[in-house]
Amino acid sequence: MSNTDFVLAVEDLTVSFDGFKAVDSLTMYIDKNELRVLVGPNGAGKTTVLDLICGKTKSTSGSIKFNNTELTKLSEHEIVRSGVGRKFQNPSIYENLSVYQNLEVSYPKGRGVFGSLTFKRTKEVEDRVRKVAADIMLTEFLDMESALLSHGQKQWLEIGMLLMQEPELLMLDEPVAGMSAKERDQTAELLNRICQNRSVIVIEHDMEFVKKIAHKVTVLHQGKILAEGPMEKVQADEKVIEVYLGH
Amino acid sequence: MTLWEKITASPMLGGKEGVISLAVLAAVIFVVLPLGVDIFRLNLIGKYLTYAFVAVGLVLLWGHGGILSLGQGIFFGLGGYAMAMFLKLEASDPLSTKIQSTPGIPDFMDWNQLTALPWFWEPFKSLPFTIFAVLTIPALFAYIIGYAMFKRRVGGVYFSIITQAVALILSILIVGQQGYTGGVNGMTDLRTMLGWDIRTDSAKYILYFVNGLLLFGAIFLSKYVMSSKFGMLLLAMRDKEERVRFSGYDVSNFKIFIFCLAAMMSAVGGAMFTLQVGFMSPSFVGIVPSIEMVIFCAVGGRASLVGAVYGTLLVNYGKTVFSETYPEMWLFLMGGLFISVVMFFPSGLAGIWDKYATKYGWFKEKAKPVKKLEVSTSEGEAQAVLTETSPETILAADATGVAAKKATRKKADAMPAIESNKMRGAEA
Repeated sequence: MSNTDFVLAVEDLTVSFDGFKAVDSLTMYIDKNELRVLVGPNGAGKTTVLDLICGKTKSTSGSIKFNNTELTKLSEHEIVRSGVGRKFQNPSIYENLSVYQNLEVSYPKGRGVFGSLTFKRTKEVEDRVRKVAADIMLTEFLDMESALLSHGQKQWLEIGMLLMQEPELLMLDEPVAGMSAKERDQTAELLNRICQNRSVIVIEHDMEFVKKIAHKVTVLHQGKILAEGPMEKVQADEKVIEVYLGH
Repeated sequence: MTLWEKITASPMLGGKEGVISLAVLAAVIFVVLPLGVDIFRLNLIGKYLTYAFVAVGLVLLWGHGGILSLGQGIFFGLGGYAMAMFLKLEASDPLSTKIQSTPGIPDFMDWNQLTALPWFWEPFKSLPFTIFAVLTIPALFAYIIGYAMFKRRVGGVYFSIITQAVALILSILIVGQQGYTGGVNGMTDLRTMLGWDIRTDSAKYILYFVNGLLLFGAIFLSKYVMSSKFGMLLLAMRDKEERVRFSGYDVSNFKIFIFCLAAMMSAVGGAMFTLQVGFMSPSFVGIVPSIEMVIFCAVGGRASLVGAVYGTLLVNYGKTVFSETYPEMWLFLMGGLFISVVMFFPSGLAGIWDKYATKYGWFKEKAKPVKKLEVSTSEGEAQAVLTETSPETILAADATGVAAKKATRKKADAMPAIESNKMRGAEA
């Protein structure tokens, strides 16, 4: 595959589980500073696409290029280190550590065994933790055990843990699931803030929320792209209405 | 800043409470026990303390890393055998083995018709090599097992079962290769180390203290590891391995390292065992001893280093007392003990101590800033709850608590010394 100017170039990507093609010849390009939302009915392959990009699932064929580096050959931690961050569907945080420690552990220094043994909490780390904590509205909770956070706050914390790594590409799987209306608004603001200097891919079902954040929307259906483009265009698309928005 | 303040401010030692618990343990091991019991009993306690190396390693591996190895006897045994090989060679000089058909080789080799020292025994004529071997061979073996399993993402119960299988294989191998290993009897009749008779009372005292110092070395090393970012990552991995992996860490390397470190500690314990007890046999390698070592750690509290040492002492003391009278019953009793600890006191003695220490305010002047709060989804409300229980208020509440419970504290002081010492096996 040729090189492109896109941050992420997914080309002809296919994964099949025992013959069932969860993702079928998918081609998709993400621009710099773009916020892309993936929508689609259950089982459309949205989460699988993120799994493929971050290396959790290995593709059957096709290519994923991140800044023109082929990701399909790299292991998970190498993909992360190249600048791809992934938030899971259920808030995945370290419940027995404090909010501060959750963020500190995610700081991208001391990632080797011996590096982590000699890692020091420098001013730089401290500043970064406080900055991210302010971004994700958890400054008051830094010393709290993270298990005690509300569901929405846990979602924010996980986003914060990714921000600590300053990824160029951030992938969020249903970031507002289980959030109150107010928290949804705050999250929308947060996402609009953090996509200033990075590309973001979001999976979301809540169309109101999607409207608030999306630059472009990709609708998946049965592992294939059904429609792609700005929100208004996609919403007006008859096929989309039929398989997804209609019900 | 006074020295005391400096020490207690160190996050590595776990604050004031951590320092006190370490000081109490040091007092028990280095003062109370040597003064309180005769050399026969002290030597026995020294033997128990060699198992504590394994328990301390398990605190790191299992308590913090969530990796349950049921094969730590492998490494204890390898360390012990390495030391035994050195001592056996020294005990098998041509003069004292002159009645053998091949003088100068260990007696069991002669009995098994070996006529020359096997090549892999040769380097164990040197003490520096032996010490090097104690530290590296078990760690290397752990690296191989760890690499093979963790790189393939074998974990949980599967890992435990495989370690158990390896322990069984190794003990069968040792029993089967009688000519090279001394078989089921092990290596007995060990006498001197570089001419120094290890069977005398004075040698036993010295070895006991060396063992104690090494154990503290292992504890401090573990404390360092636990207070580093590595320690935080261990906890994180135990909780959410995927999240750690997708934060850019090669999880398997961390697991391999901690497995090797625990193996190395076990091996030092094994070597000290051989020196203090004067023999090594396959009965310290297989499945039963490996599981026993896990029980020591569980009883003491698998997350507490100091607790693991008390757990080891206590269970072994029980074993000695109980198996003198009802030898057959001991295994059942220990099985029952393990089940009840796991069911009712998952944090072991350390957990019990923590519970009561917090309740009555012993050494717990500073409450943890984190209390179980009912955090509502609304941020405003949550903040309100938090300010209500800010650290100052908790501190104040606790201060009155301490005053009110002074009487209880006095009662606690009046407890028999050993009893309260045992209970102090907790740390932050």
